Amino acid sequence: MNILNIIEEIEKVDADIYDRINPRRKAMKSFMNIGSKVALSALPLALGSMFNKAYGQNTGTIVGVLQFALTLEYLEAEFYDKGLKQNTALIPAGPGRNAITTIGQHETAHVKFLQDTIKSLSATPVAKPSFDFTAKGTFADVFSNYDTFLAVAQAFEDTGVRAYKGQAGNLKGNGAVLTAALNIHSVEARHASHIRQMRKARGANIKPWITLNQSAIGAVVDNVYAGEEITQQAKIQIAGINGFSISAAAASESFDEPLTQQQVLAIVGPFVM
Amino acid sequence: MKNIPDGGKQLPEEAQFLSKQVQRRSFLKYAGASAATVALVAAGCKKDSNDSGVSFGSKDTAILNYAYALEQLEAAFYIKVLTGPYSNMTDNEKSLLTDIRDHEIAHRELFKTAIGNDAIPALEVDFSSINFTSRDSVLATAKAFEDLGVSAYNGAGQYLESADYLTLAGKIVSVEARHAALIRDLISNGSFADNTVVDAMGLDKSRSPREVLSIAQSYIITELNIQNLPG
Repeated sequence: MNILNIIEEIEKVDADIYDRINPRRKAMKSFMNIGSKVALSALPLALGSMFNKAYGQNTGTIVGVLQFALTLEYLEAEFYDKGLKQNTALIPAGPGRNAITTIGQHETAHVKFLQDTIKSLSATPVAKPSFDFTAKGTFADVFSNYDTFLAVAQAFEDTGVRAYKGQAGNLKGNGAVLTAALNIHSVEARHASHIRQMRKARGANIKPWITLNQSAIGAVVDNVYAGEEITQQAKIQIAGINGFSISAAAASESFDEPLTQQQVLAIVGPFVM
Repeated sequence: MKNIPDGGKQLPEEAQFLSKQVQRRSFLKYAGASAATVALVAAGCKKDSNDSGVSFGSKDTAILNYAYALEQLEAAFYIKVLTGPYSNMTDNEKSLLTDIRDHEIAHRELFKTAIGNDAIPALEVDFSSINFTSRDSVLATAKAFEDLGVSAYNGAGQYLESADYLTLAGKIVSVEARHAALIRDLISNGSFADNTVVDAMGLDKSRSPREVLSIAQSYIITELNIQNLPG
């Protein structure tokens, strides 16, 4: 991941990026220095942390949320496009290919919808970053092994669901944009449900919903599911609530959890070149 | 399935709630619960149309009660589905439908507990139009309920004043969407997000509370007063 490229991309659409970071110039400097000292895998979190300070919740604008969402949709749209085109033997013809085609069309439509919405708010959509869908080699066979492809798809969709959910509160000031974001959010959840069923049909021990923090993928996606295991909502214990036999697994499945922008950036960072 | 270890703890609350309701609205009468579905029956004595029916309250309470009503409907439906499974229900289907039942009970009970004294009573439902012995009838109804639920939460989000409640609603709606996709795929694999629910812009449906209740109304016997609900 080239951090300077990301900052330059943001500068193109947000001329104030350096001003935002300016009060934190010292933090920025030390951030640049840690690049040489800290393992690459730790960088996305540090990057997210820096952006969070620059665009903290109080200064976060609706456009900022939409730019963030657009970046995620770029990721998903290109992922499915490459999966369908780069290696035509990857996804078998029939229900699998039809489903991935449908999902890919939705992600492409989301890109356009978000670009149009950002423009309608008199802003310029962020440019599409360059992606590395192997995540620096973690998923080296993502476009040659169907199971790896579906595993990454599941991680992207579940991340998308959690990412939109985490931004809902920041969109409260604009009912139309909030409703549109919710209408995208539930489509991502439908995708996630279906991708999970596709994986189950191929032998993965997985349900359409997220059980505790289980992924049936492996520790490499632990951060995608971190926090999904909770069984309390609004300080109310859901497991066994009011005497009903609701297990901890069912309690966790009943609610999808939000992710902060920082958490999402940490997840997708390795996929951005 | 229902297992209340401390029935004595719940009853005084309900009695208190009921006496309050009865004082306010003489047409509400307590009825014995059967099979965890029915608890209250609205019985006659309609006042003028603006003041009759179970009130949802106002502002965020009204929206939460609205969600509570929908979750009651869904939970009651799946409880009945699992009480007498349709013929040839596979183990896989039974396991998935049981999960969904538990999720809806969890949602229902969360709202009941979170809303507290301002919660609407248990609603009496009417599932006479559903053939519970038929897979087609059950899954078609499940699909209708889940898609309706998704559109309901999507449409209600903008009316919530509390950011915390908005996030809570968001936590639930994506699970409803996961249900909807699964049920749709059980009916016809690949229909999880077809163009009957997702438009050309890739957006799911959203419906206003009044639109949703006008659809859900045919399954609810209890008279609802929706005058404080938007849309």
